[in-house]
Amino acid sequence: MKRAFIITIGLLFTLSTFAQTGYKVGDMARGFELKNIDSEMFSLRQFKSAKGYVIIFTCNHCRYAKAYEDRIIAIDQKYKKLGYPVVAVNPNDSTIEPDDSYSKMIERATEKGFTFPYLLDADQSVFKRFGATKTPHVFVMSRGDEGLKIEYIGTIDDNYADASEVKVKYLENALDALLAGEKPDPNFTKAIGCSIKYKKD
Amino acid sequence: MMKLLYTLLTLFLYLNSLGQIKEYNFQEFEPLLHKQTDSIYVVNFWATWCSPCVAELPSFEKLNQNFKNQKVKVLLVSLDFPKHKESRLIPFVKKNNLQSEVIFLNDVNANAWINKVDPNWSGAIPFTVIYNAEQRKYYERSFNYEELIKETYLFLTHRTKQ
Repeated sequence: MKRAFIITIGLLFTLSTFAQTGYKVGDMARGFELKNIDSEMFSLRQFKSAKGYVIIFTCNHCRYAKAYEDRIIAIDQKYKKLGYPVVAVNPNDSTIEPDDSYSKMIERATEKGFTFPYLLDADQSVFKRFGATKTPHVFVMSRGDEGLKIEYIGTIDDNYADASEVKVKYLENALDALLAGEKPDPNFTKAIGCSIKYKKD
Repeated sequence: MMKLLYTLLTLFLYLNSLGQIKEYNFQEFEPLLHKQTDSIYVVNFWATWCSPCVAELPSFEKLNQNFKNQKVKVLLVSLDFPKHKESRLIPFVKKNNLQSEVIFLNDVNANAWINKVDPNWSGAIPFTVIYNAEQRKYYERSFNYEELIKETYLFLTHRTKQ
């Protein structure tokens, strides 16, 4: 009985450890290379003068993600020239969510006039490594001598329904802090989003 | 005559309210996650356009129907956009003839309340809370009917032991 208890606790611990995978603020991160909508492989290194990156896991089908498209374009236009370009990554399996297929990504990006790379996480390894759980889900990384560092994880702002009613721009505040040589505060926020669609093992 | 008019008005308001869905901000909604009764509450966060949410709705409906006598209550908490309450949510509930209680959580500053539901919830939907007066569990995942009754049954057996 005692043994069973210990095994159960051990198992629960293991499970919760698995559940906690993914980057946390302060972690060093690895870059990635994924296929962009222009059919070319895109690597973060291609933004040569970047001080960091705004990685946004987003997609076509999710209404919360759609509601943020215009805001993401505006953020890219404002912060790319300051050194923090947006890199959008679609993490969804299109066999589960057909609206998130590669061709639909091209259609959507063209229709909306995306100003940033829109990449397909085809083998779904990048979102798992980052620990993204939903769309949209933002990870801001800074680029320094020691590599890429996670500086902010969370939401874009405090109103998913109406951009004109936003009171706190969490992502922009984080980027402004980094540009001023400070640490984002808060550096971790949450938002309602669409679960990422992947096949369970 | 006045009495008749009054009765008709009351009846009209009542019939009208049948098609309505009660709206809450998080502060108003929070007590519904902490009721101290002898019932088991199955609270599911969803939206009409969220495909895994819609796919699992029949399981929640079936649970609500089949476990009524065991005091299991399903509460479907819609996180649709405020502008879609009238145009999408209400028609969806009518069209699918949902029998479980449906409410609309209109509180778009989700960062302020997600942790109050469950600090481990990342914010992804579908999301489900099962609780009674003694215990609670959280599920950031989808359910089929079998998985859902298995989880609910654990609460039922726990209650019998009390």
